[in-house]
Amino acid sequence: MSMFGQVFVKNNQYKLKGNFHHLTPNTPIRNADDGWKLLGVTNPRDMTYMHSYGGEAIFFESLSQGKLLATRCDGQGCDSQGIIYQPFRIHCPDCLGKNTVIDMTDNAKKTAKIHTFMVCERSGAFNLLNKPIKFINIEFAGVATILMSYLSIGEPSFGMRVVPIFKTSGPTFTILDLSWVPEGTKVEQLPEGFSF
Amino acid sequence: MITFSKQQLKIPRLQRPVYLVTAGQSKFDRAFPDKRTEELCIDAFTMAAKLLDISPAELKRSIHTCYYGHFADHFGDQLLGESVIHDRLGLDPLGNVGVKTGGATGGSTIWEAMKAVASGYSDCVLAMGWERMDEVPTDEGNFLISCAADKDWESPLGHIYTGYYAVMAQRYWQIFGKSEESFRRTLAEISVKHHGYARFNPFAHAPMKITVDDVLKSPVIAYPLRALDCCLMSVGAACTILCDEDTAFKLTKNTKNKPLRIWVAAGSHSLRPADRQHMEIPLLPHETADQYKDLGERFPGGDRYPGFTGFLAARMAAYYGYGMTGITNPLEDLDVVELHDAFTISDVQTYEDVGLRPYGYGRDYVESGDCYHTNPHTGKPGKLPSNLSGGLIGCMHSVGATGIMQTFEIATHIWNRWEEFHGDEKIWKDFNREKPSDWTNLQVVGAKRGMAISHAGVGSHVTSTILMDPDHLIKKDA
Ligand SMILES: [Zn+2]
Repeated sequence: MSMFGQVFVKNNQYKLKGNFHHLTPNTPIRNADDGWKLLGVTNPRDMTYMHSYGGEAIFFESLSQGKLLATRCDGQGCDSQGIIYQPFRIHCPDCLGKNTVIDMTDNAKKTAKIHTFMVCERSGAFNLLNKPIKFINIEFAGVATILMSYLSIGEPSFGMRVVPIFKTSGPTFTILDLSWVPEGTKVEQLPEGFSF
Repeated sequence: MITFSKQQLKIPRLQRPVYLVTAGQSKFDRAFPDKRTEELCIDAFTMAAKLLDISPAELKRSIHTCYYGHFADHFGDQLLGESVIHDRLGLDPLGNVGVKTGGATGGSTIWEAMKAVASGYSDCVLAMGWERMDEVPTDEGNFLISCAADKDWESPLGHIYTGYYAVMAQRYWQIFGKSEESFRRTLAEISVKHHGYARFNPFAHAPMKITVDDVLKSPVIAYPLRALDCCLMSVGAACTILCDEDTAFKLTKNTKNKPLRIWVAAGSHSLRPADRQHMEIPLLPHETADQYKDLGERFPGGDRYPGFTGFLAARMAAYYGYGMTGITNPLEDLDVVELHDAFTISDVQTYEDVGLRPYGYGRDYVESGDCYHTNPHTGKPGKLPSNLSGGLIGCMHSVGATGIMQTFEIATHIWNRWEEFHGDEKIWKDFNREKPSDWTNLQVVGAKRGMAISHAGVGSHVTSTILMDPDHLIKKDA
């Protein structure tokens, strides 16, 4: 049993442990309709990437701590001064200054509403969510943008009030650590690992 | 609120006229287990030469620069695939460059090619596009497509691009479609139309004789969208050749191809729909701000623009394109269009973005019969037929080639050669496809001007490609 590839950073360099790829042989692709003549070959490959969240790392770390962070441009004289961005934007798209990080967990708990949604019966390979997936796009009071996420409980509808839940136990450190449930959902109903 | 500066709203101007002289395409299909991509590209190129009654070698002697549209390297597992194709076409040592703008790659490739000619850098340019989407199983293909969404904020959510798009469809469906059964049937009619027109196109990947009920009974992908509402995942190649005036008339002399004037314009909008902010509707020449004042009253929830219901990129591509060519009302000024019907509902959204109908009323373009080759209500020619190729739903979506296939189709109408390339028994036979006994000639009689819209995903990139018979320009100095 090989070990999953794992990484940490020391002295600003990636340090790797475990297996980052697995060897699988090529096999021929043959034509059953034409004397099993050779048409091609399979090229199996299995790789692990090392991806930096850069200035967004704090957003993903905070999800695991039950906090939803956003950003705001506080640039003096910027046309977008005061605009709050969720998705979290490291820089203001207008003045390109560094945005201020703000905690909008309370705002989300009090004002989050479904702008639109989609119940999706299919997924691509490597999907980790239960199907059907209930995609929701969420508006917040005072926020200029509309966040995409998924609803863990209930059936979505336009205008429905939802509250955020966070995977604080066994977090994946991806956007999947943030999900939503209808307002009034009880803590016992939450999916495993999630809390308000 | 998003606003534009005067400089940003400048109507683009070409340094000299650009002409499309020929185009060609391969067969389109879900998979080609027996062909390499270069073989498909050579098929397309050979056809383009044949339309000019010259050999591929002769055509190559005129070419000076090459633009290659190929979106998803990871599908074909080959970086610099453009270089492979360029070498196999025997076009070294000419300068070449790859273009990638998602679903709009084909249109963007022609956009770049046009600029090379317009600037004077080259007198004759190849724009070739292709996509290889058959080297992985479909679910892995969906995963690879989802990589075109934001990798941290969207893709992990199911790795299914259709879902990211479909939330927008849902919003349109409920706000502008009012969740009406009649609107759902109108969407189904688009699928029936596009699969149906594909039956008369030997190149097409998914010809089907189906009914509205067949569409409504097909499996749900993401409600209200069903399997038959969605575009294809195809393999194939298409190309076109753009020239300056002298070269264009030289290459087409004594051929059936008249050089056609070509303009391409482009727009963009956020990769993540999540980042869209409210703004005023940019107006097309035949619209007024007044007509949208009470949009939110007529369609409650419809006052946020573009919100999740419009494509700003398509609107801007139309704004620039109409400005360049003098189009004031596309429904009146154009004779045929090919739109990017990734989904039936996005086809309707596009009618509004490009001004075939005002915002909120896209469905009327179908319900009136205007979009058909022959209007089913009157039996007379449709006012502005769309997607006679079968579009992305019926003909193909071989991403890098799609915008070029659309342009090929528009050109064949203006050349009055549509019947030749779609009705010829030999083409049907070469592709091992059966020509239907009720095959119908979809040539738009007297077509002089047309447009193709090439569109990426949730609307990150859109191009408008406008073709005109040079004797039927709207603006003399365009
Ligand atoms: Zn700013």
